[in-house]
Amino acid sequence: MAPVATPFFFYLLSALMLVGGILVITRKNPVHSALALITTLLAQAAIYLMLYAPFVAGVQIILYAGGIMVLFLFVIMLVSIDRSIKERQFNSQWLIGVVAATALGGLLIAVYTKGASLFPGGPVTVAAEGDNTQRVASLLYGQYMFSFEIASLLLLVAIIGAVVMAKKRI
Amino acid sequence: MREFIQYITSYLGSNQTPGTAGNIFWVVVYVLLVFTGISLGVIAMNWLERKILAHMQVRLGPMRVGPHGLLQPFADALKLLLKEDLIPAEADSVIFWCAPFMVVLAAFTVFVVVPFGPTHAITDMNIGILFMLGVSSLSVLGIVMAGWASNSHYPLIGALRSSAQMVSYEVAMGMAVVSVILMTSLNAVGTGTLSMIGIVQAQLAQHEWFIFKFFPLGLIAFFIFAVAMVAETNRAPFDLAEAESELTAGFHTEYSGFRWSLFFLAEYGAMMAASSIAVTLWLGGWLRPFPNMLAGAGWDQLFSFIPGASFLFLAGLCFYSTARMPKHPYFRIQTIGLAGFGALLGLVGLILFIPPVRAWVQDIFWFSAKVAGFMYLYIWYRGTFPRYRFDQLMKMGWKVLLPMGLGILILTAGVALYQQNLWHP
Repeated sequence: MAPVATPFFFYLLSALMLVGGILVITRKNPVHSALALITTLLAQAAIYLMLYAPFVAGVQIILYAGGIMVLFLFVIMLVSIDRSIKERQFNSQWLIGVVAATALGGLLIAVYTKGASLFPGGPVTVAAEGDNTQRVASLLYGQYMFSFEIASLLLLVAIIGAVVMAKKRI
Repeated sequence: MREFIQYITSYLGSNQTPGTAGNIFWVVVYVLLVFTGISLGVIAMNWLERKILAHMQVRLGPMRVGPHGLLQPFADALKLLLKEDLIPAEADSVIFWCAPFMVVLAAFTVFVVVPFGPTHAITDMNIGILFMLGVSSLSVLGIVMAGWASNSHYPLIGALRSSAQMVSYEVAMGMAVVSVILMTSLNAVGTGTLSMIGIVQAQLAQHEWFIFKFFPLGLIAFFIFAVAMVAETNRAPFDLAEAESELTAGFHTEYSGFRWSLFFLAEYGAMMAASSIAVTLWLGGWLRPFPNMLAGAGWDQLFSFIPGASFLFLAGLCFYSTARMPKHPYFRIQTIGLAGFGALLGLVGLILFIPPVRAWVQDIFWFSAKVAGFMYLYIWYRGTFPRYRFDQLMKMGWKVLLPMGLGILILTAGVALYQQNLWHP
């Protein structure tokens, strides 16, 4: 079967992600921003698919695009948008932003031009797509069991924190 | 040209889905077939829902357009296509324009992995069920977009209700699905699977539909899914997003004409998609009843006659109603039409008796029959249950179904470990 992971699709999806990302920060209407973010997330899921990681792609769609972003939209829709559009967009931290962006950009360019030795040479061996989920599962619940459980503990703390903050009396 | 024909015929011998075999021609053919099938199903559902609801309420339902209103769906479709397509002046036109497509896309893309038979699926994915749940959860985005972009109060409230409802019921639904995925890993091939075809094959290997597995655990998981599925598709009694008595038409109040019909199409498409998840996970997918208990060539032969026979039965019903039509000349065309429809059904039934067709169509028939059962349930719910209030809906989702789902998940895992002698309490 011909591989789908062609450069054409990579550039297409990256362009989609970049356009989506730029729209997220330039749109004044928060609903438009959220929808642009969803586009970005979906394109990202497609890139995971290109990297032969269907499980991660599926989780990306189900959690981010289908779950978290719906809650985002839910909250944004309750806000009076007319007022927030008229408000001046505050960007008083532009100096720090520029410094951080140049540092990150410089790092990327440096790695791109001189970092060939950092990565393994030759083609990467790809595990069969057929048992991707099973491999992720055995890694998560075998080798990385401890860190996986710690991460879930973190989420539990966040949930309890949200309940404590939302309830007036416990 | 010869290479092309060779490319087409090369698939026919292989025992795989066209997606797995990587044959693009057959993938396109299958996509078109599935799309046609679903559209036909939506047309049939449109008529059946009105008819069955009417008979439940001791009415006649559509009777004017065609015999027994059989042409009513086509008349409706024509009306919707010819109607003026309005976009409200204050609406956010781009999002308003995108929303119906988003909903339709989400409802129809999931059929890529629905297994109508061991080889009759567009493709088989390693993440099959995850893909189905993920993509179908995108439809809520379309609903939210539609409600918000209309820039009007009723649609906005409908969209808010719908998003809250769908996010809550997805959790309980996920729990029920995970308990089935646990069951697939038992005494079959060793590892579990998320692939839709794999799940049905696990049921065949374990000689049991998962609804009866670890009785009553499988049954309760199925019940949770069956309730959550109705809530996910925004159907009565959970149709708060489009509650006619409160919100006019809910999130699609401002839509008209073709765009509205897209919402309609997507709703029925999503219902079929959710039903096919339930059929695949709990009711043995394409397997005929008793594939192991009544095994053998004789039983296979007998069961392979059922698709044709059921069409002949429908044809018989048609001819019976033809005979009962009023004899007045005014009804002559309708009588001829009904007889013609009966003849068509009978012809389909006879075609299904031809041995190669019979073998080929069997699994598709059983799958569709099970899905059709669910579609009838949807109509039945709508005819009998009163609509829930929103707080009751939320209470049911979070305080009843979710704890039940968690309990089922833990119990299933425990029983599974015990059965495999990995755990001794």
